[in-house]
Amino acid sequence: MSTTSETLAHAAPDAATRAQLAGINAGRDWSRTLWNFVILAGLIAALAISWGPAEMGQWTFLFTDSANMVEYASGFLRPDFTDGAYYVHEMIVTVEIALWGTFLSLIVSIPFGILCAHNMVPWWVLHPCRRLMDFFRAIHEVVWAVLFVVAVGLGPFAGVMALFVHNTGIMAKLFSEAVESIDPRPVEGIRSTGATRIQEVVFGVIPQVLPLWVSYTLYRLETNVRTATILGVIGAGGIGQVLFESVRGFYYPQSSAILIIIVATVVLTDLLSQQLRKFVT
Amino acid sequence: MTAIAVENLSKRFGRKQALSGIDLAIAKGEMVALIGASGSGKSTLMRHIAGLERGDGGSLVRILGDIQQKDGRYGADMRALRGRIGVIFQQFNLVARLPVITNVLVGILGRISAWRGTFGVFSKAEKRAAIEALGRVGIPEVAWQRASTLSGGQQQRAAIARTLMQRSEILLADEPIASLDPASARRVMDVLADINRTEGMTVLVSLHQVEYARVYCDRTVALRDGKVVYDGPSDALSDSFLTELYGAASEELVLPQKLPVRPAAADPATKADAHAGRHVDEKTKTFEPA
Repeated sequence: MSTTSETLAHAAPDAATRAQLAGINAGRDWSRTLWNFVILAGLIAALAISWGPAEMGQWTFLFTDSANMVEYASGFLRPDFTDGAYYVHEMIVTVEIALWGTFLSLIVSIPFGILCAHNMVPWWVLHPCRRLMDFFRAIHEVVWAVLFVVAVGLGPFAGVMALFVHNTGIMAKLFSEAVESIDPRPVEGIRSTGATRIQEVVFGVIPQVLPLWVSYTLYRLETNVRTATILGVIGAGGIGQVLFESVRGFYYPQSSAILIIIVATVVLTDLLSQQLRKFVT
Repeated sequence: MTAIAVENLSKRFGRKQALSGIDLAIAKGEMVALIGASGSGKSTLMRHIAGLERGDGGSLVRILGDIQQKDGRYGADMRALRGRIGVIFQQFNLVARLPVITNVLVGILGRISAWRGTFGVFSKAEKRAAIEALGRVGIPEVAWQRASTLSGGQQQRAAIARTLMQRSEILLADEPIASLDPASARRVMDVLADINRTEGMTVLVSLHQVEYARVYCDRTVALRDGKVVYDGPSDALSDSFLTELYGAASEELVLPQKLPVRPAAADPATKADAHAGRHVDEKTKTFEPA
């Protein structure tokens, strides 16, 4: 018996093993290997085609024109906090926009989270609900905000509505995915007692998904605080609006102070929601 | 009066004929064992009687005289009928994150107003009744623990307490002891037998091992390939007769190490040995954190 490094077993291989050794690739699914290559080739082709339109050729400017960036950035080096109290006040408004937007979408996402789960409802409820959520989600917060600014006027309320609608689309999807992965047996246990469908959900489904739902909601609150800053830029109130005005007026030290406040707030919400999530799961 | 009347019940899942032409009548107050190897249709039959599954055309299931399903359609008041049948499952099917008392209280959902049930508003008297039900199965002290912190045997007894809370007239137990160690299995079977005797509840229990059927049930129904192959006194089910019924598959139905006919006379040490593996599992489960 040869003692090459490839030999694992000391005993002679049996008939079945010998048969497989004779044709090592017998029974191998070549279509998978082929598909892997096709997908890889497709990805490379997509990147090559996009090079020109995305103006990737300009990457050299990052180095040749770096002096411009340094000049621009130097304006930000001395933040000016003279209006600090006003910035903080506007920052709080932004957080309040995010809080209400998330809360409203939470309320709506609870029923839609159930109605968008394939293990809870028949297809003729599932598909309309899912398409509605797709629609909410497909349109960006900024676009919703522009629409609501037209409807309810400039100000924080337009921001709340924009966050509410877009975020409902996302949260309902996340919620329904949690519902789809529940253990069906406890629900059956509840059903066997003669409970109604809604009672099955209340006692069998909600307790199972609650930790995940809380975690998703806190995560979305975090995201919404960040998004609410951007919404200010298009007139939906809060710190974003102040930031946009000062950047457009070339008040770089003021802009710098605002950015610092935004970053500090985002970091703070992240830390807080992380702690809260640890607490519930 | 018949508690459970099954006539010509058939069920096909895709290509597999799970049940074919089952006829079964169980009188009120009986305690009947349902045995069979894996895949013989025990659970499927149980689920049909519980009203969780619908049979094919020509099937008829009557519960306490009312039509529960006919030709694959549920009867008019399915929900009320489900409420009269208590079901316990192999995997207990408790809601792990809820306290035990809530798991027991859901038993009354079928009896109280839908609104009160949906918002979980239970009266003090109902909570007392739940604790009494837990006391009846010997675990009143765990009422406010999360169900996930209980051992398998305790979870199964909590599930029985739920059916007591439900005041069901029929108790269906689908492999209630299949995932329990022998000591817990015996306690659960004792509770079932006691409820059958004192409350007069009709009990249909599916079992994997014929030993328990011989000890606890006077009558045994045996299934093979979705058909009833034996229906009669449990005493007549000798090992040789089982071999005749099931051939090689009969090994599965008998414990590897013989249980004496009366479990009270058994030497606990030998049985613990025979099931050492499962016994350890049970222990680790007990200490599983919430």
